[in-house]
Amino acid sequence: MSETTKKRPEFRNINAFADLPSYRWPLAALVSGMHRISGLLLFILLPFIVWMLDTSVTSEISFARFTSIFSEGAGFLPGWFIKLVTLGLIWAYLHHFIAGIRHVYFDISHQTTKDRGRRTAAVTMILAFGLTAILGAKLFGLY
Amino acid sequence: MAITYGSKRLSVGAHYGLRDWLVQRLTAIVMALFTIVLLIQVIATKGPIGYETWAGIFASQWMKSITFATLVALIWHAWVGVRNVWMDYIKPDGLRLVFYLVTIFWLVACAGWGVQVLWRL
Repeated sequence: MSETTKKRPEFRNINAFADLPSYRWPLAALVSGMHRISGLLLFILLPFIVWMLDTSVTSEISFARFTSIFSEGAGFLPGWFIKLVTLGLIWAYLHHFIAGIRHVYFDISHQTTKDRGRRTAAVTMILAFGLTAILGAKLFGLY
Repeated sequence: MAITYGSKRLSVGAHYGLRDWLVQRLTAIVMALFTIVLLIQVIATKGPIGYETWAGIFASQWMKSITFATLVALIWHAWVGVRNVWMDYIKPDGLRLVFYLVTIFWLVACAGWGVQVLWRL
């Protein structure tokens, strides 16, 4: 091996805290990591999602309770916090959905290039954050 | 092909590669179609959506049925995905088994609740 070849770091059993911050995160990797995080978030918040379905469809009274938690809060949780969690849910759903379509698109088209991976990753990020901003503005009553 | 018997069998990991890959995509498509069907009904509503309109969307038998199918797709999809995450990060076998069991419990409990909500409507 020539002396000029730079020795690259070798990763075996990675340590999340020690090694991950030193990783390069190209756009496609970031979308992939966020796909995982958004999926986990949706999984953890699944009871909240079912609770929203429950209270919103069961009766007039429960529907009123459903709408009131976003203004008055629930228990010790203030309304703005519930709105924030809902905003997180909206982003997680949109990101997971769009990144999923990107996967299926790659499967169907049978081809991936580095450049296309980067470009579709950028589209995923922009669409997910853009739609989250639009729906989030509605959630927080900006229009 | 992994050996699944005898003393040299592979006894770690999922090794359901193709099946899980396909399940993940098919269940995703079911959920995506449900999202579109629900969205169309919400957008088709004129004016603010009150209780009657919202509950009315889920009241019809066909909507209950596809919501139920989506719920099944959801917990299957989440199981495949979340199990992958645990396999990557939770290394001690006993602890990982506990995570698997809690995950199954979590998903089945939520699905049961969802079914209850739908069929008392």
